[in-house]
Amino acid sequence: MDWYPLWNSLRIAMVSSVLVFFTGIFAAYYVAKLHPVVKGVLDVVLTLPLVLPPTVVGYFLLVFLGPRRPFGGWMLDAFGIKMVMTWYSGIFAASVVAFPLMYRTARGAFESFDKTLAYAGQTLGLSNTYIFWRIQMPACRQGILAGAVLAFARALGEYGATSMIAGYTPGRTATISTTVYQLWRTDNDALAFRWVMVNVLISTIVLLAVNLLERRERRR
Amino acid sequence: MGLSVDIRKDLGDFILEAKFETEGGVTGILGASGCGKSMTLRCIAGIVKPDWGRIVLDGEVFFDSERGIHIRPQNRHVGYLFQNYALFPNMTVEQNLMTGLLSYEKDKKKARAAVEEMIERFYLTDVVSHRPTQLSGGQQQRAALARILLSRPKILMLDEPFSALDDFLRWKLELELLEVLKDFAGDTLFVSHSRDEIYRLCDQVCVMEKGTSGRVIPVRQLFEKPSTKAAALLSGCKNYSRAHLEGGEHVFAIDWGVRLKYQGTWTEPIQNIGVRSHYLHPIPKAEANKKENLIHCDILQVIEDVFSIVVMARPKAATTNEPIRIEVSKEFWQDFSQKEGIEKTIWVQVPPEHIMLLN
Repeated sequence: MDWYPLWNSLRIAMVSSVLVFFTGIFAAYYVAKLHPVVKGVLDVVLTLPLVLPPTVVGYFLLVFLGPRRPFGGWMLDAFGIKMVMTWYSGIFAASVVAFPLMYRTARGAFESFDKTLAYAGQTLGLSNTYIFWRIQMPACRQGILAGAVLAFARALGEYGATSMIAGYTPGRTATISTTVYQLWRTDNDALAFRWVMVNVLISTIVLLAVNLLERRERRR
Repeated sequence: MGLSVDIRKDLGDFILEAKFETEGGVTGILGASGCGKSMTLRCIAGIVKPDWGRIVLDGEVFFDSERGIHIRPQNRHVGYLFQNYALFPNMTVEQNLMTGLLSYEKDKKKARAAVEEMIERFYLTDVVSHRPTQLSGGQQQRAALARILLSRPKILMLDEPFSALDDFLRWKLELELLEVLKDFAGDTLFVSHSRDEIYRLCDQVCVMEKGTSGRVIPVRQLFEKPSTKAAALLSGCKNYSRAHLEGGEHVFAIDWGVRLKYQGTWTEPIQNIGVRSHYLHPIPKAEANKKENLIHCDILQVIEDVFSIVVMARPKAATTNEPIRIEVSKEFWQDFSQKEGIEKTIWVQVPPEHIMLLN
């Protein structure tokens, strides 16, 4: 059994969840402070990838990153970087799809944060950086961690947009989900089943982790 | 010197217009919940920016809309005790106290010593390594106060500090707080909706109603001579009648339909009079024709309270349905009702010196 799809899926999920972790927190923190109207509009735009079919997300990504499109073409001409049909193309797909999960959970955590704690910090002369990292983040830690785990799980399971932008090339762009589909299509039932079990195992572990975090959250 | 506030802010439901000055001591801000008391404190602390106005503490301009000054809360050195005490939940008591001097004390040893001293002063020795959720309400308040004092504030602002506590604890903590306030050199603002707390803890008071603040007056004056009906209501007075002045120190109570004598000089126009329920004296029927300032009432209800008897009665000449409330001691009522028999009517005397003229 060639383990490349597992390795590829894991690195795509890791990199995109790290990306999404910071951008999601950043977006959640700043969107919460905006004017209600701007906030409403931005919220819809940032959450859209969660409800759109992955193929639609894939279409948008191809329009943006394709080699004959302005941005994708420029990346190719200027830096020789191919944006589609490579292993890291999967990162773009996974990041866009997982981003709303991180963003929304982090925003929920920030919104339930007791603002008087921040105010108290300010009147005590503590800097806003200190308040954010030493008071607000620890208070929202459980929610943010749960969001990160969910985003990781979603990135790991990404199929639709990935298959459009990264395709399926064994040993190069294959991920667990695209491999399962390919094996099923080519009647390789036994091997497909193995990969299915690998996926189920990973997802179960991830969900157990989320539940554990949530239970600890409730106990506090 | 002292604190001078003159600000305006549109809060949607109403407009906050706070204008008052304090000069040392403890100043109470008395008002019903949601009247803008806490918002005023937030503006002074710099957490909220007023739309217009000026805030000056001891000559230092905190906010001036005309000159475009709005100092960050970090640089105002305001000691703000929040209603829920706002202790940082992820830190121990000791770490919480440490944050109080983090901004100015770089010497770790000195910081530790100062924290140590506060821990002893506020009886927190047993709970130094506890988290805020493990503390009792009283310990939380003491820890929050200690943290504030460590930050060396120029002014203390206490926002309903006893609202989260039960009655017994409240009394105990009030005594403790009184000690802290005595030792504190700067001004103190004490926000509360409880007239009793204000009376016991404050030197002067400013009444706030629907976002508008009144003058700062000595506490005693509010309770003995409130000048508006809102102030009288907050001071606990329960009986009111619309009224207009008549010549010769007399006033006509429209709602009660009687003419009453009052004491003192009064030249300003008035709209209402008020009389506290325990200043109304039931008079035996036999003496009714010998006394003045009487109201003849129908008894509606006699209610037994914990330590007193409350008689709800309606003046015979009343023009509204609003009853008046008479409060007497249980002993007096037992004696009185025995001698007089149980009657349907009662004669009540209103002492002229206890009629409050209100505009």
